[in-house]
Amino acid sequence: MQVFEPGTEVRVRRMMPPGHVRTPAYLRGHVGRVERVLGPFGNPEQLAYGHTPDRLPLYRVRFRMADVWGDEGHRDDTLDAEIYAHWLEPL
Amino acid sequence: MTEPFDGKRWHDMGGAVAHPLMGPMPGDDHDFAIWEKRVDALVILSGLKGAFTVDGLRRVLEDMGEEAFETMTYYERWVASLNQNLLEAGTYSVAELAERMDAVRARGTTYGAASDAGV
Amino acid sequence: MPHDHHDHDHLSPSGHPYRADQDQGLTYWQVMEIAIRELMIEKGLVTAAEVQAQVDAMDARTPAQGAAVVARAWTDPAFRDRLLADGSAACAEMGFDVGPMKLIAVENTADTHNVVVCTLCSCYPRNLLGLPPDWYKSRAYRSRTVREPRKVLAEFGLTLPDDVTVRVHDSTADMRYLVVPARPAGTNGLDETALAALVTRDSMIGVGVAKAS
Repeated sequence: MQVFEPGTEVRVRRMMPPGHVRTPAYLRGHVGRVERVLGPFGNPEQLAYGHTPDRLPLYRVRFRMADVWGDEGHRDDTLDAEIYAHWLEPL
Repeated sequence: MTEPFDGKRWHDMGGAVAHPLMGPMPGDDHDFAIWEKRVDALVILSGLKGAFTVDGLRRVLEDMGEEAFETMTYYERWVASLNQNLLEAGTYSVAELAERMDAVRARGTTYGAASDAGV
Repeated sequence: MPHDHHDHDHLSPSGHPYRADQDQGLTYWQVMEIAIRELMIEKGLVTAAEVQAQVDAMDARTPAQGAAVVARAWTDPAFRDRLLADGSAACAEMGFDVGPMKLIAVENTADTHNVVVCTLCSCYPRNLLGLPPDWYKSRAYRSRTVREPRKVLAEFGLTLPDDVTVRVHDSTADMRYLVVPARPAGTNGLDETALAALVTRDSMIGVGVAKAS
């Protein structure tokens, strides 16, 4: 799996699977920047169903609120979320 | 619901500021009853002992659906999820649970009486 | 009356009034809790003592622990640096085990304000702050904070100037967040204990600021 260095621009994948995931829907499809690299951590999508998890890098990704919501009111306000590697794709 | 379902699940609430069930920001805090604290303790211990994980807890809470979120208290939902996860893990059987719940009810009509008479 | 109503006029260690419980009619969910607990004990998964110890530990956790960490960060620049670099390790130095999750501390400054939410459930640094307040778990807080944080903060009595950047942290996975509020002006003469008393729970979630001395 590709490793993203801090500062790299990444896009959250636009998947909407009917199972337990920890990627908020409101961020899917949006572009942010890796703030720091965490982990590896067990994949919650396996843990939730009692399976032995793969260990995945977890990224803190920072989004501009203006990019996520389309408002330009407070241009510098940000949203940070932790997103597992398999939900991120390079630009 | 006139929009076709897009797959976004009910618990995934971020940004849904115009949701029809939106309520006010609750004000007063309260502490929890002893049975609620025990539910919390049993969930934490289940994780520490490897019976199931916090993601297992969340998965069942999510699958319980929006109506449960709106109509049950926080620890009512937690105890339901605790039970579902322990049944799946094989910690006890449905029959054992049924028998024990009947036995608990037979002990008395208050939590104190039914709980203190147990172990 | 099987028990005295001794609890009802008192506050718990976390500062909330106790809920009525032991004397009320037995509910379906209480029956389930008792049955599950007994079965878990009989099957050897847990002991009664472990359950009691967890409840005691929960009662002992209050925002005072987080406040002590913040006061240390205000008075000890090297500790502040360690806290921002590795929140779990810095808290462990003070004897606070933040549990299996990792702690990230984020600092409020003159130009940045941090606020924490969990949109998917209600993740909260419970080992440092105790159990979350009701509003933290509400639909209103969970859905609105990522979309209109300044409005939400204003409802908590915190109106931020336009030149302050808001950073919202959605606690989506294995991290837990502690906001280090800005140290109030005019507190140079205060020691760590006096400073800790200024650090409110809400200021460590980011919906408030530390009290003025």
